[in-house]
Amino acid sequence: MFADYSWTELGSIFAMQGFAGLILFSVFVLMALGLAIIFGQMGVINMAHGEFMILGAYVTYLCSNIVETYIPSLFGIYFFFAMALAFVAAGALGALVEWSLIRHLYKRPLDTLLATWGLSLILQQAYRSIFGAREVGVSLPNWLLGSVPLTDIIEIPINGIFVMVLTLVIAIGVYFILFRSRMGMQTRAVVQNRVMAGAVGINTEKVDRHTFALGCGIAGIAGSAFTMIGSTGPTAGQLYIVDTFLIVVFGGAASLLGTIASSFAISQAQSTMEFFLSGSMAKVLTLLTVVGILMLRPEGLFSLKIRR
Amino acid sequence: MTHVKSLLSRQELIGLLVVAALIFVVMPLSMDIFRLNLFGKYLTYAFVAIGLVLCWGKGGILSLGQGVFFGLGGYCMAMYLKLEASTPEATAIQSTPGIPDFMDWNQITSLPWFWEPFNSLTFTLLAILVIPTLFAFVIGAAMFKRRVGGVYFAIITQAIAAILTILIIGQQGYTGGVNGITDLRTLKGWDIRTDEAKYVLYYVNGGLLIAVLLLSQFVLKSKLGRLLVAVRDKEDRVRFSGYDVSNIKIFVFCFAAVLSAIGGAMFTLQVGFMSPSFVGIVPSIEMVIFCAVGGRLSIFGAVYGTLLVNWAKTTFSEIFPELWLFGLGGLFIAVVLVFPNGLSGLYRSYLAPLVDRLISRGGSSYPPEPASPPPDLDGEANAKPAE
Repeated sequence: MFADYSWTELGSIFAMQGFAGLILFSVFVLMALGLAIIFGQMGVINMAHGEFMILGAYVTYLCSNIVETYIPSLFGIYFFFAMALAFVAAGALGALVEWSLIRHLYKRPLDTLLATWGLSLILQQAYRSIFGAREVGVSLPNWLLGSVPLTDIIEIPINGIFVMVLTLVIAIGVYFILFRSRMGMQTRAVVQNRVMAGAVGINTEKVDRHTFALGCGIAGIAGSAFTMIGSTGPTAGQLYIVDTFLIVVFGGAASLLGTIASSFAISQAQSTMEFFLSGSMAKVLTLLTVVGILMLRPEGLFSLKIRR
Repeated sequence: MTHVKSLLSRQELIGLLVVAALIFVVMPLSMDIFRLNLFGKYLTYAFVAIGLVLCWGKGGILSLGQGVFFGLGGYCMAMYLKLEASTPEATAIQSTPGIPDFMDWNQITSLPWFWEPFNSLTFTLLAILVIPTLFAFVIGAAMFKRRVGGVYFAIITQAIAAILTILIIGQQGYTGGVNGITDLRTLKGWDIRTDEAKYVLYYVNGGLLIAVLLLSQFVLKSKLGRLLVAVRDKEDRVRFSGYDVSNIKIFVFCFAAVLSAIGGAMFTLQVGFMSPSFVGIVPSIEMVIFCAVGGRLSIFGAVYGTLLVNWAKTTFSEIFPELWLFGLGGLFIAVVLVFPNGLSGLYRSYLAPLVDRLISRGGSSYPPEPASPPPDLDGEANAKPAE
């Protein structure tokens, strides 16, 4: 399949596809980080994670419209507070869901999976009723449009760079919250030994709620970032949920580093193969490889050494 | 008679007779052929739901990929029927006569090798049973031998459902793509589209369902069935007693796969087409809800649950298409939070004592059924420890 291209062309193709893969990587990381926190740290399967992401996307869409209509002078920077709002909205909904649904099901992970799937159906229909079935897009401020020419063949879109920088910032932020803050310390304590954490005075229920809300909030930010590179529809979240779960499992559920590494591997593989094969075959091959590796090595790429 | 008694308690015998009466007498008398055909279509899902009762309810293995096996069975049947419908005479207007129409539209000029054996009905019927079993065996062996279970298994099976759907849709020339395999006409020269054929197929389907119910009951009553429940509740203790837990799990997963495949094949015969919309993530997880609504511990409940959810789906999505997804979503949540044992749980706690009193009047009295198990059904050792 490489025979038809010259070396320079191949180089450019790999560079361009590699960059497209990096954007996909950013979206995957943002989505998977939230999921890895919820699944890896709490053991809860949140099938509605995609819908939390779409909530963030719709919040951004609303912000974009409101700012454009009423305060156009701020349009250049609306994205930053849209993102904050998306975080707050998704996080608040996450806390509500944890309180009303998830906390009753901690001992039944398979049932959580079904319940959150039901939740995702309800949210999808709610989006459809409120925003319509058609996909919506946001208008980007001028400084995010256009692209940077690197060589005469390779061009890099600015919004892609922005999403990547954002991903980096969020990933570092998550690292600090989980490993350098009091909240993160409590979360990890609860994960490692719930009873003992409760005994030393950690309010485990509160920690659960905050952790779940944090994961959902990050999904909201992911949705916000997602609007910059694609349009949003009521069912867009479902398209990503399987990939994201595979990423988290492939990376090793409790490892944030593993999540990032597996997002990178999967997005690059998919994006590079997409150029040479059809999009669907690229996806099939990528997912098959991942499932195959998981069958041989069920604990994922990076795993805690534990006896089972 | 003693055999029957050991296989079915009096309650279960009545349950079976009620299901049989419903399928063979009540429905055919009260419905026209169009509705009956629809009802038969729902019954094909019941095969999947029964498989899930064994696999998930009794064995604690939640598979979110049962649509894969339903699809494999359905596609095997559809490939045979499609080849029979694509005789060179019937497809004379194509640029390559004698191959299925969608292949011709996709510029394929000869029959692919994996389609060839489906010219034979014997091979097809065997394939419907063997291919899903092998597939389930490979998945099950890879996962259960490495002691992967619970949510990981659910996610992997779901991913497999997604992969197969993408593959079928992407390889349009070989699989019919998103439209699936349509325009199926005859089975060994027998037109399956006439009303008479639909009646016959409906009864065949009903008979198979009763046979599957009996077979599942046999499995559950056997030592294997008891081990299965033991694996769900205390996997390690079964392992320490010297049993190979993974083999038990692999068996029940394969068994559930075969049931789904039979359902899929009957679906194709009755509905007249097969498409990827019955394979993917969404239909697979909906099949779980059929089982959950009926009661994940009762094979008879699964039949009723399937019928009820599908009837509700057809009715509500006709009248209030907007509200149906809210209803289905709510159903998922309610069945988990409020009544985890589904219809059969409700029956067992409210109606069964009454029925028991009625049937035991005069006859020998049976000991009361054991109380329904607590809602902690997953038996997941790696779940969070109790607070």
